[in-house]
Amino acid sequence: MKILVYIQQDQGKINTVSLEALKGAQEIAAQTGGTISALSFNSDVTSQLAGYDLAEVLLAEDDKLNTFNPLFYLKALEDIAKAESPDIIVFGHSYEARDWAPRLSARLDIPLISDCIGFKKEDKLTFIRSIYQGKLNSDSVVNNGAFIVSFQSGAFRADGLQSGSAEIRNVTVDLSAVNDSISPEEKFQEAEQAVDLTQADVIVSVGRGIGKEENIAMVRELSKTLGGEIAASRPVVDAGWLESSRQVGSSGQTVSPKLYLALGISGAIQHVVGMKGSKNIVVINKDANAPLFEIADYGVVGDIFEIVPKLISGIQDSQ
Amino acid sequence: MKICVLIKQVPDKDSSLNIADDHLTLVENNITWVSNESDNYALEEALLLKEKHGGEVIACTLGKDSAKQVLKDALAKGADRGIFISDSSFENLDILSLGKVISSTLEKENFDLIMTGLQSDDQGNSQLGLILAELLNMSHGTLVMGTEIMGDSTIKVKKELEGGWFQWTKLSLPASISIQSGINSPRYATLKGIMMVKKKPVDEVTAGDVSFDALEPKVSINKIYVPDKTKETQFIEGSPEEISEKLVEIFKNDIKVLN
Repeated sequence: MKILVYIQQDQGKINTVSLEALKGAQEIAAQTGGTISALSFNSDVTSQLAGYDLAEVLLAEDDKLNTFNPLFYLKALEDIAKAESPDIIVFGHSYEARDWAPRLSARLDIPLISDCIGFKKEDKLTFIRSIYQGKLNSDSVVNNGAFIVSFQSGAFRADGLQSGSAEIRNVTVDLSAVNDSISPEEKFQEAEQAVDLTQADVIVSVGRGIGKEENIAMVRELSKTLGGEIAASRPVVDAGWLESSRQVGSSGQTVSPKLYLALGISGAIQHVVGMKGSKNIVVINKDANAPLFEIADYGVVGDIFEIVPKLISGIQDSQ
Repeated sequence: MKICVLIKQVPDKDSSLNIADDHLTLVENNITWVSNESDNYALEEALLLKEKHGGEVIACTLGKDSAKQVLKDALAKGADRGIFISDSSFENLDILSLGKVISSTLEKENFDLIMTGLQSDDQGNSQLGLILAELLNMSHGTLVMGTEIMGDSTIKVKKELEGGWFQWTKLSLPASISIQSGINSPRYATLKGIMMVKKKPVDEVTAGDVSFDALEPKVSINKIYVPDKTKETQFIEGSPEEISEKLVEIFKNDIKVLN
């Protein structure tokens, strides 16, 4: 079993989700007797990778690979996959990976099992995915041949990576025929992040269950009473009821407060990745099957419109 | 501008999902089916582009008979015609194989733009737009939060990156772009729009119409199941008053965020 892991980087800094995926590859290798090659387009990164327990580190350097452009990255990995014939190509499921890994699957004509949360070794390697917005899991197997897999943020712990000493080998790619039909401009930030949720001890977060904009006031009051910050899952921000700088999740902030009080949030995985590290998670939701209860320390199956006003007065009385 | 919007029918977010005895499918009779959320944003963006620059919007779905409803909804909102791809032999196909079915259907249309939602709220593969881009030799962009047409041959898209970063990217047409939710405010169908649906054509495509024959799934799902709980949850029950009292106690004594 030859495993090729693509390591994403930005100006020589390794993307954490890639390192977690590399740990996933080490676990697959341990259970299948496989060997791992880690690939980067940056020589600072390959020097760092050489300190891990890997069969080898591959370095493909080309000026056109210094910053991300999906068409150049695709051609590079196509060339490398053809030369190295890996059985599995592993990605971390980052936003960047979403912008080229599926196209690589079509180009190499091998399937991609995307956004996996883990794997298990049964008769075949079985990959676990979270489906229906986190409500269910599925077990997938590849019927035959090589494939690509991407692992979700947090699927493995990068601090568990086995260290070792790996040789770096240069590989060549030919990007001369790649067209310029995709041309990225400079990255930018929309505005200063108005709110730094990462510093808050208490976050009161609100989701789709709030129903309408007028109801936000009640949540704002609760967060004030608790001395915390108000935050939201994506649907609330998309509706324009709270500013985007208060969004928690994969496209917002990642937080770990002492108390994360989730009101009417079902727990889509895009939200969960931003708050699962919270010290205490309290979930109030009228749907007992809301996936967020799975990671709750305390759960209330109930109506936020009945409970929140009582909670506000209860806290005020206790002070 | 000839635009194709791909829309998937998925269970409503509030539907309770019960797994059937085969451990592979859902018990369907208590599911409310709706158009996938981010696909609604993709449709709206397509309609806005058409209103501004002229052209045609074609809605396309692949699914069971019931999925035809998402096309009717799209036609009612302003799409000009529909393409309905449906065949029982498509049901267990992996996303790459489905991409081949869809690309072989769309190929002859020579679309300038294919628009998809970011990902489906059921399987969440988040792959189809890019698979089609490769198979139909188009440029592509994902997680798009803004669009701007620049002349006849280029579209500029604002891509959402991680950690609050964005990036404008120029794409040569034809292009396949996947739309992030929140890009616009999807419209509702008007009564007039609903009346128009019957007059708008919907092409039906089955396995026999597809020039691609390898309908063997490359990936199989062995089972679906409710995830194991990773944490011991203490559930608090009672009247709203009792619940709030207990929570205040927990905030004070256990979590220590109140004095």
